[in-house]
Amino acid sequence: MSSRTTLSRAYRDGLAEEMERDPSIVVLGTDLYERGGHWAQVTGLGQQFGRDRVRNAPISEAAMVAAGAGAAMNGLRPVVDLNFLDFAFGAMDEIVNQAAKARYWWKRPVPLVVRGTTGFAGGGAQHNNPVETWFSHVPGLLVAMPSTPADAKGLIKTALRGDDPVIFCMHKMLTGARGEAGGPDDLVPFGQAAIRRPGRDVTVVTYGVMVRKALAAAERLAGDGIEIEVIDLRTLMPLDLDLVEESVRRTRALVVAAEDYRHGSVGAEIAAELQETLFGELDAPVLRIGARFVPVPHSPVLLDALIPGEADVERAVREALTIASARRPR
Amino acid sequence: MKTHTAPVTGPDAGIDLAGIPAAEALAWLARMLLIREFESTAGPLAVAGAIPGGMHAATGQEAVAVGVASVLGPLDVVAAPHRSHHIALAKGMDPRVMMAELFGKAAGCAGGRGGHMHLADFGVGFDGSNGIVGGALGIALGAAFAQSYRRDGHCSAGFFGDGGANTGRVWEFVNLAATWRLPLIIVCENNGYAVETRISDAMAGDTIAGRAAGFGLPAVQVDGQDVAAVHRAAQQAADRARGGDGPTFIEALTYRLLGHDIGERGAYRTAEEVEWWQVNRDPIARLKAALQLSGDLDETGYGKLAADAAGPVQEAVRFAQAALLPDPATVAEGVTGLPLKVRTGP
Repeated sequence: MSSRTTLSRAYRDGLAEEMERDPSIVVLGTDLYERGGHWAQVTGLGQQFGRDRVRNAPISEAAMVAAGAGAAMNGLRPVVDLNFLDFAFGAMDEIVNQAAKARYWWKRPVPLVVRGTTGFAGGGAQHNNPVETWFSHVPGLLVAMPSTPADAKGLIKTALRGDDPVIFCMHKMLTGARGEAGGPDDLVPFGQAAIRRPGRDVTVVTYGVMVRKALAAAERLAGDGIEIEVIDLRTLMPLDLDLVEESVRRTRALVVAAEDYRHGSVGAEIAAELQETLFGELDAPVLRIGARFVPVPHSPVLLDALIPGEADVERAVREALTIASARRPR
Repeated sequence: MKTHTAPVTGPDAGIDLAGIPAAEALAWLARMLLIREFESTAGPLAVAGAIPGGMHAATGQEAVAVGVASVLGPLDVVAAPHRSHHIALAKGMDPRVMMAELFGKAAGCAGGRGGHMHLADFGVGFDGSNGIVGGALGIALGAAFAQSYRRDGHCSAGFFGDGGANTGRVWEFVNLAATWRLPLIIVCENNGYAVETRISDAMAGDTIAGRAAGFGLPAVQVDGQDVAAVHRAAQQAADRARGGDGPTFIEALTYRLLGHDIGERGAYRTAEEVEWWQVNRDPIARLKAALQLSGDLDETGYGKLAADAAGPVQEAVRFAQAALLPDPATVAEGVTGLPLKVRTGP
């Protein structure tokens, strides 16, 4: 069963279905019960499940996440909805030092979801940090970043049936992204990337909002007979390097296209891994698309100058092919 | 009171055991002796290096932990800060798995992965000690949230110190607990020093309990060297929590007789000050004196209690020494439930 919906709505439906199934799931955050969250991510759930399960909280990120982590260690499955993941900075200790470590020390599961937005949009530097990479650097956390409604729904369901703390990242610019979504038992596993478009010439690994830009670039490149393979990582931890490797063994060239800062990014990790394991099979260096290393500016023209686009993907693919063509047998 | 130089209960500094059965008070004394013995034994082992990574001893603060734990059962949850041996033992944790954890052994409560700041035993409702100042109160807050959500009639207690009372997170936790009327006992062990910083140099306002009162919950100061006073305050707090009346804030005025770290040679307080507390406010000596006064304990009986405390601690040391070290090949196991498949390179 599937239906056409938006990413935000699909997340909401996935959460609602799991709440129906499991009474230990409770959502807490600011402006949830009446408003339905700042991104319509829990619209109507207050009325459906009541104030006990859809809890308005004070703007106290440390307290919200601590309450979630402690409750997760004691039988609940809390979803702490921070609206913006930038606000996780006020709860970094609770996420990194508390939730992420209890299992390593004591084998104690911490089935906590911390949800919020990430990625570039209007609104300035303090609401648009691309923080998904930060959390993938913490042993003990899982990190999801869906690009489609189906994945938003399927990944939140998997998160709520697992036993690990999950940072659930939703890109602001995908809030209204439309697409199909699955039914109540269509789960999307963590650590399994998806091939969004098969191709033979260059592998483009991407996630989040850049998936659509990579697919748009693929259309333009196809006009010139260039077929790129677009891989959507879907989760950054675990990171499905196996699928990336399998693809690059076929295409012999890789572009990593992320919106995040290039410096110290998931793209850097993928490039480093691939040169280590596939050095002899690459016809070109791994090229990376990412944002300039600056705080997010306000003026739209400056913002546009920061955000990587489909033209950047296209240019990187052509560059990889130019290098590769000198090395490939004709 | 912000400083710790004046008597806190009145000129005789005696303990009022009215209404408390002698057997219960004797059990408290036995538990405090066990804690004192545990730390007196582990301390030199840490200084000598047999216990790696140092140690924070709570010697002098035993009555706070025992008094609070005296009103809690195994389904009531406690979380404790970096100085936590007294709280873990008061809640009923096995000294053997504690000591093995201090030694970094596989038989420790965290398999040697935690150390003395990460003790836990969920079976007795001890949800862990915590290396982050104020952090444990957040875990107890979450446990109380789960209890409240389930309406199971249990409660939680979260401990922190006067240092924690200067963190923002502690007051976020207090506010949320009060707003949601959670069954939480908030216990501030004010021992006068945040590591080596005297509270009067670090705290604006009069008292920590006074700060807490601003959140609209009952906030009391008790003599933390008087186990019966702590017990009574905790009993009221637990009754309120279990009855659905929300959290209570207890500021227990206490004192650590040893340094922040074991082996510390600090110049931040005088030997006279430490001696005053040792002579006049040792919680074990005070309870012993009160039980002698009431005719429920003599020197022979006290000697037997002390010997009874020494046995399990010696057994714990033997257990820890004999236990196996963790297998280094397991270092990356069990980070998450889902395998992460993070590569390790050549």
